[in-house]
Amino acid sequence: MAKKELIPRQPMPEQAPEVRSKNFEEVPTGQSPETAIREAERCLQCKKPVCVDGCPVGVDIPGFISLVKEGKFTAAISKVWEKNGLPAVCGRVCPQELQCEGKCIVGKKNEPVAIGNLERFVADYERMNKKASLPEKAAPTGKKIAVVGSGPSGLTVAGDLILKGHEVTLFEAFHKPGGVLVYGIPEFRLPKEIVFSEVAGLEKLGVKLECNAVVGRTISLDELFEEGYDAIYIGVGAGLPRFLNIPGENLIGILSANEYLTRSNLMKAYRYPEYDTPVIKGKNVITLGAGNVAMDSARTALRLGAETSRIVYRRSRDEVPARAAEVHHAEEEGVEFFFLTNPTKFLGNEKGRLTGMEGLKMELGEPDDSGRRRPIPIEGSEFELECDLAIIAVGAGANPLLTQSTEGLKLNKWEYIEADEKTGKTSKKGVWAGGDIVTGSATVILAMGAGRQAADSIHDYLTIGW
Amino acid sequence: MFKIIAREEMAEGTVILNEIDAPLIARKAKPGQFVILKANETGERIPLTMADTNPEKGTLTVIYMVVGKSTALFRDLKVGEGYQDIIGPLGAATHLEKVGKVVCVGGGTGVAVLHPITRGLKEVGNDITCIIGSRTKDLLIMEDLMKAASHDLRVCTDDGSYGHHGFVTDVMKEVLEEGGVNLVVGIGPVPMMKAVCKITKEFNVKTVVSLNPIMVDGTGMCGGCRVTVGGKTRFACVDGPEFDGHEVDFDELMLRLQAYTEEEKKSYNEHCNLVKQ
Ligand code: FES
Repeated sequence: MAKKELIPRQPMPEQAPEVRSKNFEEVPTGQSPETAIREAERCLQCKKPVCVDGCPVGVDIPGFISLVKEGKFTAAISKVWEKNGLPAVCGRVCPQELQCEGKCIVGKKNEPVAIGNLERFVADYERMNKKASLPEKAAPTGKKIAVVGSGPSGLTVAGDLILKGHEVTLFEAFHKPGGVLVYGIPEFRLPKEIVFSEVAGLEKLGVKLECNAVVGRTISLDELFEEGYDAIYIGVGAGLPRFLNIPGENLIGILSANEYLTRSNLMKAYRYPEYDTPVIKGKNVITLGAGNVAMDSARTALRLGAETSRIVYRRSRDEVPARAAEVHHAEEEGVEFFFLTNPTKFLGNEKGRLTGMEGLKMELGEPDDSGRRRPIPIEGSEFELECDLAIIAVGAGANPLLTQSTEGLKLNKWEYIEADEKTGKTSKKGVWAGGDIVTGSATVILAMGAGRQAADSIHDYLTIGW
Repeated sequence: MFKIIAREEMAEGTVILNEIDAPLIARKAKPGQFVILKANETGERIPLTMADTNPEKGTLTVIYMVVGKSTALFRDLKVGEGYQDIIGPLGAATHLEKVGKVVCVGGGTGVAVLHPITRGLKEVGNDITCIIGSRTKDLLIMEDLMKAASHDLRVCTDDGSYGHHGFVTDVMKEVLEEGGVNLVVGIGPVPMMKAVCKITKEFNVKTVVSLNPIMVDGTGMCGGCRVTVGGKTRFACVDGPEFDGHEVDFDELMLRLQAYTEEEKKSYNEHCNLVKQ
């Protein structure tokens, strides 16, 4: 036992910062079978595994890790699949330090077992080798479910319900499935090919996919019921970019992170002119905000050739909402941070193009409603930063497109859909909702967790009643 | 794929009409709404306001001018071929209401956008005067259709080769001077809409315009389409595309439309060179 603890956490091999900041290839390159087995040997195989409590979808973590330890990678992926249909995605983008790994007993004294890296390893191994058999499907129930939005929560609902024997159709507004996994998260953090292969897996199981379908416009929820759907799940994401509402914000060169990332990721502007969609490539780029989306934006800017990429955040380093690993990656690549800095105005030239940003220095005052110390401006601390691209990454609100065109759907005061915390049931019969359109911007895995709960509740409804 | 079932070239081949098989969209579309089209895998998403729809047949019609690589790709699609992606109907529909005397002013391919709106306004009982124009006679489009959609059609050309010699705004001014106009709908290039609004403001006549900013998703999730209306930022793809013309900041819109001019030029030139080879 004592000897086991001496195995150090196996580092994840990565592209060197100076190399990767100029390409869109994935940053971590993945474990080898040898290092994966070595990492798996670090697991204590606890009788009461607290790591599982930390997983929003309840993956049998010790179970799959012990199979990795034995080199049974195919059996390991089947074990993960029992609870998680998107392991290649989750292994890459979950905040494990706050979830499974945050609870890991090994982590009390040493570094926790690299659960996320192992999950990613088994998922990638299976994608390369394709040896696992598809999960068993229950006998057909004859019930039809419409899943609106093909992001993480929608994909989870679709995956769960197809296995329970129902007919499932996924409706996606964009021309490609995956939602935020495809338009939002950059290639260097989550290669799109991985998302498409997970979606293809669902299609193999029988899930139907309808892209270019804007529910609320192309078809309404009530029309879906008229067409014979028995239940509907809404997982459309938050999807309304917030702006700063300061002077000059409509200058050319100021984009919401949604627009910047959608152009770059979904529309592949980073491969322009091979792909037709361009994106403004700044020399001096400023990203406003310090969440994961801001890190993705600032790092994308470097890869598109920016000479400087700066993050401007009005609070201090301690309040940064992004994952520590993302901040670390960004800093390694050369992203500079301006903390306690508040933008007040954008400056432009006669062509309406952005040339700079004016800001104020802040200091921390008393805690505010969120419990974080409120930043207050320091008088006379005005300063100017030169920039030709500013990316606004200060969060998203609820997009009203679907909710406004649907009767009987109760919203809260921020216009998110009101849904039962345990089941995802909305105020409209036969309609469930989950993910960011209920909670506001959160993580991929929380959206998947909401999807899992809703899928169970939908199944109960279809087999028992509302 | 969304198949093209009919295709026409107008205005000496610079303007193209595509009637496209898209039953779901055709069933729902209302005058004033737009679709986003993408020709192929590597293509851009291009918003176009629909010129017509036929719910029974399940088709929609778009009319566009070839101005860059994306529209050149659209032009090269033949009958039987199609668009990889079409999304819609998007945007708010025109508010169709009987108000009395309406003047509909169209310039360039704006006439195509104006057509279903004019027809809709006529159907609800308005008295329609329609003014359409182009640079020269051969570039004029949809004269017959517009004639059918209005009570009084007036045509102008900048060079005097057909109809009134001069701009649509000149003729519009004459009509406004006759009095009794309750509403103006002006759709065309931004400078034209700006000029229309300047005049109608003097006459204090409510004016609706349809804006065409750069878009990505068309569902309100990116904010690329933002325009300033009445001092407030609005998203044209969901709050519009139609707005009160007297409130629109046209100068800002004109600048914002230039965001990718360099890239567009480069793409178009490369495309043309490739085709020549
Ligand atoms: S086009 Fe993206 S919000 Fe309007």
